[in-house]
Amino acid sequence: MTVARFWRKIPQRYNLIGTKCETCNRHFFPPRTFCPDCRREGKIVDHKFAGKGTIVTFTIIQTAPDQFASHGPYVLAIIKLDEGPQMTSQVVCDPSEAKIGMRVKSIFRRIATDGESGIIHYGTKFAPE
Amino acid sequence: MRDVAVIGVGCTTFGEKWESSFRDLFVEAGALALEDAQLSGEKIDAMYVGNMSAGRFIEQEHIGALIADYAGMATRHIPSTRVEAACASGGLAFRQAVIAVASGMEDIVVAAGVEKMTDVEPGATTDALTGAADREWEGFVGATFPGLYAMIAKDYMHKYSMTREQLAQVAVKNHYNGARNPIAQYQQEITLDTVLRSTMVADPLRLFDCSPITDGAAAVILAPLERAREFTDTPIKILATSQASDSIALHDRRDISTLDATVAAGQRAFKMAKLTHKDINMVEVHDCFSIAEICAIEDLGFCKKGTAGKFTADGETALGGKIPVNTSGGLKACGHPVGATGIKQVFEIVQQLRGTAGKRQIDGATIGMTHNVGGTGATVAVHILGRV
Repeated sequence: MTVARFWRKIPQRYNLIGTKCETCNRHFFPPRTFCPDCRREGKIVDHKFAGKGTIVTFTIIQTAPDQFASHGPYVLAIIKLDEGPQMTSQVVCDPSEAKIGMRVKSIFRRIATDGESGIIHYGTKFAPE
Repeated sequence: MRDVAVIGVGCTTFGEKWESSFRDLFVEAGALALEDAQLSGEKIDAMYVGNMSAGRFIEQEHIGALIADYAGMATRHIPSTRVEAACASGGLAFRQAVIAVASGMEDIVVAAGVEKMTDVEPGATTDALTGAADREWEGFVGATFPGLYAMIAKDYMHKYSMTREQLAQVAVKNHYNGARNPIAQYQQEITLDTVLRSTMVADPLRLFDCSPITDGAAAVILAPLERAREFTDTPIKILATSQASDSIALHDRRDISTLDATVAAGQRAFKMAKLTHKDINMVEVHDCFSIAEICAIEDLGFCKKGTAGKFTADGETALGGKIPVNTSGGLKACGHPVGATGIKQVFEIVQQLRGTAGKRQIDGATIGMTHNVGGTGATVAVHILGRV
């Protein structure tokens, strides 16, 4: 991934800055710039999410892609944020602890590295609340 | 719109085909289809080719022209179009070809699919496949394809009472069928133990819940139904073609373990054909993972939501069951050369409807269905085919 591609999403990835539609108050994370409900009537503004939510479903990744291989088995989950939207993220916990319905909060962590000389990707993971 | 028929089909064997290049594969499949239709290549008016990721797999783009060229059509300048929708590329290429003939724009049209996946390291193949999901918000945080389907399985098993053994039965059944298919990548039967003892990939999915990496190509030739008997005594009519889309990311779905695009495409297809699930004699569904077949047969309406595990374990989807599913061996045992899979599904159903499916033959088959999924369900193509 080039630096620009990563850099332009830093606010969203580091601080959970998504969007919301002021017309219908629906929240979006990952951010959307077009409201599927209000369409051209929608008015999209940035919204910082509180970073708390619940595990909807999860898995334990045993066979990881190369850039994640150094992590060992990790918990990947779909998390429903308290504001409504669902997102995919890792949960930092003992894999045997992870449960559907578990409360989690966001934390800032290293996500992956692009090889030995590539950039290091940081972003949001979650941990048990 | 005109009625459309399949007049010829061809498929390479599927597998890790170290000796064959991308070009070798599609030329072989095309030649087999032409021979089957007893057709000269000069009669072909247009081509649609399903291919997911030649750019990543063999560093070649511009596949439409390449295929027309090496199929010997460069000097005839026929239109040749690549169609891409991840793992549903083949199904969409078929649909585009059907629409071209139905509209009256073209008469004799080839729908093909091809993927050469073993010319890069396995890690690079897996990474390319992750592009079928949301790279920015799924792949970036460490989601893999088995991981996404594992989250579907986890959600499903949390909501409904399916056992791990029932889920494994999907792979056992598909290997049984694959062992009776001469083009299948894996022609060996397996036991429940093979699945349950295989390496864990992404909990709860194990290696034998996953379709393999495969090289292969398939081609079918379409013609207006009114002209079909010029070429074949057993034309197979397209009774319905449908396609649906959904959110690219799994996390944005209404329900994690229902593929709403499958529901929509299935309903549209049944409506177009004026048929119900009870009329279908056998179906090829997109079992990229065992859980995907469970969801597919429910979302297409062959059994109620939450009951497919028992339905499968009871043998209702086996060759002699109520609705045989994946008689070819499916993606699991026949193999999954991504762009070719949707065309191979049509190849299998045509063989069944012609009565030439050998040891896999469903007696008296008159109507069959195909179901091809892109990603975790962001694109679905469904087709219904019937004897004339």
